Amino acid sequence: MDLFEYQAKDLFAKHGVPVTPGAVATTPAEVRAAAEQFGGTVVVKAQVKTGGRGKAGGVKLGTGPDEAEALAGSILGMDIKGHTVHRVLVTPAAEIAAEYYVSFLLDRAQRAYLCMASVEGGIDIEEVARTKPEALAKVRVDALDGVDDAKAREIVAAARFPDDVADGVAHVLVRLWQVLVGEDATLVEVNPLVKAGDGQVLALDGKVTLDGNAAFRHADHAALAVREETDPLELLAKEKDLNYVKLDGSVGVIGNGAGLVMSTLDVVAYAGEDFGGVEPANFLDIGGGASAQVMADGLEIILGDPQVKAVLVNVFGGITSCDAVADGIVQAFAMLAERGDAVDKPIVVRLDGNNAAEGRRILDEAEHDVIELVDTMDDAARRVAELAAAR
Amino acid sequence: MSVWLDSNSRILVQGITGAEGTKHTRRMVASGSSVVAGVTPGKAGQTVDGGDGDIPVFGSVSDAVEATGANVSVVFVPPRFARAAVEETVDAGVPLCVVITEGIPVADTAGFFQYATNDGRTRLIGPNCPGIISPGQSNAGIIPADITGRGPIGLVSKSGTLTYQMMYELRDLGFSTGIGIGGDPVIGTTHIDALAAFEADPATEAIVMIGEIGGDAEERAAAFIAEHVTKPVVGYVAGFTAPEGKTMGHAGAIVSGSSGTAAAKAEALEAAGVRVGRTPSATARLMRDIVG
Repeated sequence: MDLFEYQAKDLFAKHGVPVTPGAVATTPAEVRAAAEQFGGTVVVKAQVKTGGRGKAGGVKLGTGPDEAEALAGSILGMDIKGHTVHRVLVTPAAEIAAEYYVSFLLDRAQRAYLCMASVEGGIDIEEVARTKPEALAKVRVDALDGVDDAKAREIVAAARFPDDVADGVAHVLVRLWQVLVGEDATLVEVNPLVKAGDGQVLALDGKVTLDGNAAFRHADHAALAVREETDPLELLAKEKDLNYVKLDGSVGVIGNGAGLVMSTLDVVAYAGEDFGGVEPANFLDIGGGASAQVMADGLEIILGDPQVKAVLVNVFGGITSCDAVADGIVQAFAMLAERGDAVDKPIVVRLDGNNAAEGRRILDEAEHDVIELVDTMDDAARRVAELAAAR
Repeated sequence: MSVWLDSNSRILVQGITGAEGTKHTRRMVASGSSVVAGVTPGKAGQTVDGGDGDIPVFGSVSDAVEATGANVSVVFVPPRFARAAVEETVDAGVPLCVVITEGIPVADTAGFFQYATNDGRTRLIGPNCPGIISPGQSNAGIIPADITGRGPIGLVSKSGTLTYQMMYELRDLGFSTGIGIGGDPVIGTTHIDALAAFEADPATEAIVMIGEIGGDAEERAAAFIAEHVTKPVVGYVAGFTAPEGKTMGHAGAIVSGSSGTAAAKAEALEAAGVRVGRTPSATARLMRDIVG
């Protein structure tokens, strides 16, 4: 889960990373109140989970409450790369003597952590990596050893931070590592880290990605998920503990196993090329178990998507045998009928693998008009694309 | 011959008294695997019905290894206990540890991976993987053993169900070893490790490699193939239609910006001489052209 800047900075403060004070506001009036409270010039920053906010006009300086309020009026509601701005962060403007960059992230290839640091901050770090790679220090961090003061000094030296900020940057690095470890983050990034007019080293921005798998040891993280940003169908799926991602096409897809479902989306899109560009409407992995309840919940979500014109159920019976999956589909239809949601969209079912013949027999006997059985994944994708295109 | 797992493998199951642990222990036994011990802290002295006789339960991995000579551990314990379970296996010097558990915090995985690397005696497979099977010899994990038999193909895959799908498509040809390396951001055994092992395995004539979006493991595997693999390799990559920034089921399956895309992976593999199929069945056909 990616956090907003203000949430990241709250975690920074909790672990002792120096940040500027700030107030979150959702209306121009709240921005005005915050500007009055801080006094002087303030920065009004759009809170969206994407880069390039400054370039898009989502970060502005206001010289007083009047100007801050007016700026908030233009920033709130603005669209930045498809993200609508629902809230802004108001902070007192800091006097900036220098801008740097530091981050810790999981390095999948090395199966360890990586610290990246540069004295050239405040700009797109990927740009620095591309054009001036020598200006970006990359230091491996051992998952067991972590970052103590000595390791922080190694990073400071590798990135050639000036002597007058060495202590401040080292302090930030040690505390920032505590954010990563203490909060189970897979990324903590500060861009820019600044030397303020008084020489203090401060995080002026913050980006944090939390590991969802670690939620069981962070009860407070659930509150960081901001609901309004999420697709309503994705929310419903989350409530039902389903692995669902909304896409833009017209073929609803249910399958078992992440890889097989991803593959199914591809095969549907390929088949759809022959039918005027039919595409998948979602990713939905019902997992190995595929019980009737899970199948019913999955079908309910997919059929609740007005964009869906036809559905493909693609199951390979491995651990789960296909007769159990077929029973699940039949029971799911009964459950949906009980809820008053009779299934009226065509459903193409491909069952293969363990006990597939028995599974197909169960579905044949159930005699549901909307269900059509197809033997192979490729043929099933073709048929469902054809059905979706015809509706 | 086969890779890492054969008829001499003696399996211990960590978390054997849990529902999943017991269920899959019986499946492993039914497929002819030698499951010699179970481990559940606090339940030493109990037994679990393996379907073909009782399996003794020990309180620690080292006790189980000492009493039974187990040389493979399969881990089914819940995510919050997984790190301790794996480190215990490493401490006991078990040469192969297969971590089935899904949902382990990546900091824990990075930690136990480093722990195992420092120790140097234990190969990790997974986590969040279906395990490893050498059909007709042994099955350590949850891969259905009845899909296919022994044969000349080696398989390495991030995805469980795509592993089963591919084994099913090529079931008449058979497999030397199938390895599900898992879809997490940090995994113990990589595509490259598996490719190197298949290259060295006399029983493997050709290799099928299945990847998916996220990270750059496939790109690195492609570079390795170009340099070090002489056996024919057929590839498949899932997730061409995956949108940027969305996690697709597996924690590691995410396209970030322009990196981790299926197209880039397929391109890298093709540049290394790997024949890449557009769909699983097209990939199976490519393999049939090689091992016919």
